Amino acid sequence: MNAVFPIRVLEEKSKYDFAGLLRAHGIELPPVSIDTLQVNITKLCNQVCRHCHVDASPSRTEKLSPAGVAKCLEILERHPQIANLDITGGAPELHPGFDAFVEKAVALGKHVMVRHNLTVQLDGNPQTGENKEYLPGFFARNGVEVISSLPYYQEFFTDAQRGSGVFKKSIEAMQRLNREGFGVAGSGLVLNLVYNPVGAYLPAAQAGLEADYKRELKDKFGLVFNGLYTITNMPINRFRLHLEKSGQYEAYMEKLLAAFNPAAAAGVMCRSLISVGHDGRIYDCDFNQMLEMDAVDGRGRPLSIFDFDFDRALARRIRFDDHCLGCTAGAGSSCGGATA
Amino acid sequence: MSNYYESEDLKKFGDIGQHAKALADDFFRYYANVTGTDGALSKREKALIALAVSHAQKCPYCIDAYTTQCLETGANPEQMMEAVHVAAVMQAGITLVHSVQMQNHLKKLVL
Repeated sequence: MNAVFPIRVLEEKSKYDFAGLLRAHGIELPPVSIDTLQVNITKLCNQVCRHCHVDASPSRTEKLSPAGVAKCLEILERHPQIANLDITGGAPELHPGFDAFVEKAVALGKHVMVRHNLTVQLDGNPQTGENKEYLPGFFARNGVEVISSLPYYQEFFTDAQRGSGVFKKSIEAMQRLNREGFGVAGSGLVLNLVYNPVGAYLPAAQAGLEADYKRELKDKFGLVFNGLYTITNMPINRFRLHLEKSGQYEAYMEKLLAAFNPAAAAGVMCRSLISVGHDGRIYDCDFNQMLEMDAVDGRGRPLSIFDFDFDRALARRIRFDDHCLGCTAGAGSSCGGATA
Repeated sequence: MSNYYESEDLKKFGDIGQHAKALADDFFRYYANVTGTDGALSKREKALIALAVSHAQKCPYCIDAYTTQCLETGANPEQMMEAVHVAAVMQAGITLVHSVQMQNHLKKLVL
């Protein structure tokens, strides 16, 4: 029997109400700039990491169209204030237009960052078999900043998170990058590493952990790198599923909530970048992108690269949800590491 | 409640302030000053000591809490297991060193 009276569905407020938390602390977080265009160009990846917020894998097929790549380049060209292009995925190097995208952005004078998972150098493209061993030389010729995940300086944690054998391959790939000059003092070629916890806990202090990484990787493998970024695991997608299946979701969220740091909140990355998805839609960050929380302008219209307007994007109201607690816990977390 | 040492009870640690708030406040201030800051010892070194003591004292709450704290201060499983071995070997040594007392008494009793 159909309901006679209309049912008014009340949206239940989350117990981890991030926006309410900001209000309680008197914190406003409007965008301050758009200095970085972060583009997630493909969900295809040679790895299947247990914490991956993108749910990337060798079977994914989503990728930014040639028109989308061209539009991103046009936006970069038209807006000198967007100084950085941050290319991510998946393994972004598996996108068929990756090399040209990098070369054209470099030709525009942009600082290009590539979120490089290291192992793709050795694994190649899982769908086409294309060899990717040329990447260190390609990165060097274009002077890109290489940013690579290495969850720990030991095999145990790294393989637990990223798959069996990943640590050994990552070390070999780093050696190849070092040989090209990445991370080597005076070369001008930058290799930064990313640490994130291998489970439901917060990252250690960035400076101390960076010193440990530098000492251990140098002593054991002769490796060098520039800086270490500590990043908190976001309670979304694959990692959230793990938390729920292992009965740790509530405890992890309570940990993030208890560690809320107003100073870290002020430095959240969504205030200075926009994130572009494989279909050209724009988001406040890569996490909102994976949750399909489109960035919207003041009139609630979704933003897209295909009708991009800088002022409209800068005037947007950043969308927050429970997962944002991950960026504001402890010393904070962003694509560039700790924020406080 | 049907069991001792429910893991959920760890969250109630702050409740020790019931009926004795001033003393609990003193304790938690002292606790935070000792364990929550880098001093002559780093937070990581303190976490590893606390993990060892947790095992020696057989406190499941503390083992959970300091396993997490060790990870959150950048310690690795090798360091954590070595810390537990320090606790174990100290307890073994403490047991064995008491055999000196046994030997002393043995010498006194035996012709």
